[in-house]
Amino acid sequence: MLLEARGLKAGYGQTQVLHGLDFDVAEGGVTALLGANGAGKTTTLRAICGMCRVEGAVSFRGQALPGRATEDIVRLGIAHVPDGRGTFMELSVEENFRLGAYIRRDREVAADFDRLCGWFPRLKQRWKQQAGTLSGGEQQMLAIARALLLRPKLLLLDEPSFGLAPLIVQEIFDIMRRVRDESGVGILLVEQNANLALELADLAYLLETGRIVAHGRAAEIRQDEAIRRSYLGY
Amino acid sequence: MNGLAHQIVAGIATGGIYAAVALAIVMIYQATHHVNFAQGEMATLSTFIAWSMINAGMPYWVAFFATVVVSFAIGVAIERLLMRPVQNAPELTHVGVFIGLLLIIGNATGWIFGYTTKSFPSPFHSDKPLAGGLISAHELGSTAVTLAVLLLVWAFFRFTRLGLAMRAAAYNPRSARLVGIRVGWMLALGWGLAAAIGAVAGMMVAPIVFLDPTMMLGILLYAFAGALLGGIDNPMGAVIGGFVVGVLENLAGAYVVGTELKLTVALAIIIGVLVVRPSGLFGRVVYSRV
Amino acid sequence: MTRMDESLGPSGAAGGSRAWRATLLTLGIFAAVAPAFLLESFQLFQLTMAVIMALAVLGLNIVTGYNGQISLGHGAFFAVGAYVTAILMSHFDWSFWATLPVAALVCAAVGYGVGFPALRLGGLYLALTTFSLAVAVPQILKHKALEDWTGGVQGLFLVKPDPPFGLAVTPDQWMYLSVVAVAALCFWGTWNLVHSRIGRALMAIRDNPTAAQAMGMDISALKTKTFAASAMVTGIAGALSAVAIEFVAPDSFTFGVSITLFVGMVVGGVASILGSLFGGLFVLFVPNIAEAISKAAPGVIYGVILILFLFLLPGGFAGLLRQIAARLTRRRP
Repeated sequence: MLLEARGLKAGYGQTQVLHGLDFDVAEGGVTALLGANGAGKTTTLRAICGMCRVEGAVSFRGQALPGRATEDIVRLGIAHVPDGRGTFMELSVEENFRLGAYIRRDREVAADFDRLCGWFPRLKQRWKQQAGTLSGGEQQMLAIARALLLRPKLLLLDEPSFGLAPLIVQEIFDIMRRVRDESGVGILLVEQNANLALELADLAYLLETGRIVAHGRAAEIRQDEAIRRSYLGY
Repeated sequence: MNGLAHQIVAGIATGGIYAAVALAIVMIYQATHHVNFAQGEMATLSTFIAWSMINAGMPYWVAFFATVVVSFAIGVAIERLLMRPVQNAPELTHVGVFIGLLLIIGNATGWIFGYTTKSFPSPFHSDKPLAGGLISAHELGSTAVTLAVLLLVWAFFRFTRLGLAMRAAAYNPRSARLVGIRVGWMLALGWGLAAAIGAVAGMMVAPIVFLDPTMMLGILLYAFAGALLGGIDNPMGAVIGGFVVGVLENLAGAYVVGTELKLTVALAIIIGVLVVRPSGLFGRVVYSRV
Repeated sequence: MTRMDESLGPSGAAGGSRAWRATLLTLGIFAAVAPAFLLESFQLFQLTMAVIMALAVLGLNIVTGYNGQISLGHGAFFAVGAYVTAILMSHFDWSFWATLPVAALVCAAVGYGVGFPALRLGGLYLALTTFSLAVAVPQILKHKALEDWTGGVQGLFLVKPDPPFGLAVTPDQWMYLSVVAVAALCFWGTWNLVHSRIGRALMAIRDNPTAAQAMGMDISALKTKTFAASAMVTGIAGALSAVAIEFVAPDSFTFGVSITLFVGMVVGGVASILGSLFGGLFVLFVPNIAEAISKAAPGVIYGVILILFLFLLPGGFAGLLRQIAARLTRRRP
């Protein structure tokens, strides 16, 4: 198992947001984390990366994560595309790419640049432009490219569809399908757009106010009308 | 010899020093959103260290580079030992620590090296007058050195991997962590670099104003004026601002207010910038913060 | 943390009955006045200076402690107040008391003028501006154009006023009592300000400026007026110091004064009236102790003490007292 969480609790300051979660992400698999606003989805991703107060057990390829600094967790092979995308707005697209590959010491970085520019031709067009001038969809692509440049084993995505037009969202989910198929990266996907997420995922977990209220194979969850009506709103 | 031309040239020479210190201030400000009020004292200490090395017989340029390295180390040490523990503390605590640092370094310098004014050698000599007496050897040399330093720093940030990482850490520490950058150490490096730049500025200005523990306090003021004029969040702007302040200070001192009121010129520039255009010439627009 | 419990004023815990308050007040007056008759001349002078510095620190506390605006240049207002008094007394033969309101108003005006451009923006700009002001002031005071008034580098000499109505006290004692009276008035006024609606507004601006603005306060105007008031109080202290020392000179008012006031505020206790008193005592007596510890580098000790307080006791002495008092009251069954 790529990522295992058991009894994960997390919060900010005095506030407790997660009350003990158990979930898995398999190697090469896609796990969807669904739920309404405020359920704690973003906090879950942050907890994995050590960006908030964490208790419980989270292990990545056998290594315990809680207590490690964010940058050390990243160096283990976890790439996180945060809410708000986390783009370096003042820097150019090229510099954002270079930063994505910051910790890499191998010689295939240039090849990866080319490959990703092939996937995201619009980014290649805006290579020297300041990232802050890109559209929302382009910034999301840039964020994903930056994360992929890490050559991570695990990719955490926080609401990639947020604020984007449906056409762009489709593009992005197609990319994620490619990522899953071609690179064997495990993906933990947080999404409000449950339908899209369930199309892509193998496993799904439903979060409500910091607890997992339902889980199972994505296909089953999709077909379960009761769950869909109660928790996913469709 | 044209008096005005000489004033401008001399202003550019001192402006280079203000530009260097302004850059140091802005570098730390960009990374931490705090102004290092002790920057002047740190530069003075560095200059005294150089002075004692030279006095012990070391050749000038050996002492120069040794001082730069030592100052870098001191800057890193200060960040790791003093700044890191209070990084989440309220603003008042931060300013207080800078003031404490100013007190400790300033007084330690006086204690170790004494309060008498000392002369500091210039490595630039010329047997013949240069450019028809328009510029002295030291003014030319010092301008060249400060420009070289500024250029090196620019190139470092623009073209190197580490420079990019430091910029990223300053702009967006959270995202920087998410690409594996050790933000804490980037801050320490920034402090080291700022300390090194300050050391160069100190060593370039000491031959002109003579070395004593309070040497850099006034210069810090000009650096602030330059940084504000250029835009406190814009390194390039700070550099340009420093040069402009140098020229303005010299012209005002020569033709308007006399040399004894030059510090007031800095104060006037600061207040003027804040009244007319707080974001400075090149900075981002400052919205009326609450 | 700069947030303090302001309900504990100099009158101590839970006000209680009128009789209790009256007793405390009488004791307080007695304690304040007694030294005039118990101490020798030099010690009395030192105590006088301690009270003056406490008042100066109080001024800084108004704007930095209670309103959260960091000023690194209050020494400048101390200087202005001192020089206004010195010039009026020395050149125009004004009586000491008459100069006080003028010094106060001039300092308030300068404070307003300096604060206005900076306070519209963030706190950084005020810190930079006041720092610059403090560094520039000695140069301004020494300038030839003003020499006729300021006495240039040599400064001006003053004479302490004689006690009125042939009271049987020495000029030193009269000075001490006058200083205590003026300081008490300012402390009382500040205490009222802090506990009023305006005081709460000031602290709201410090603690949560966004919320304060959302509630309709004109933040900039209030901050500027607060700065002016704080400059005024420190300026009054400066005026008092001019007469107590009987001398003003530019080199007495270097940037170091501003730092001293800042240190006094932090060590005594930020946003605390009582803390300002502690601060005044601290800045006057500790440099001597520091010199005893290290003959060569008292300034270093000063800086170390400041940093130690910031790391370990951010509430200063007043904060420490508060913690002790809280623990004692908690222990009661």
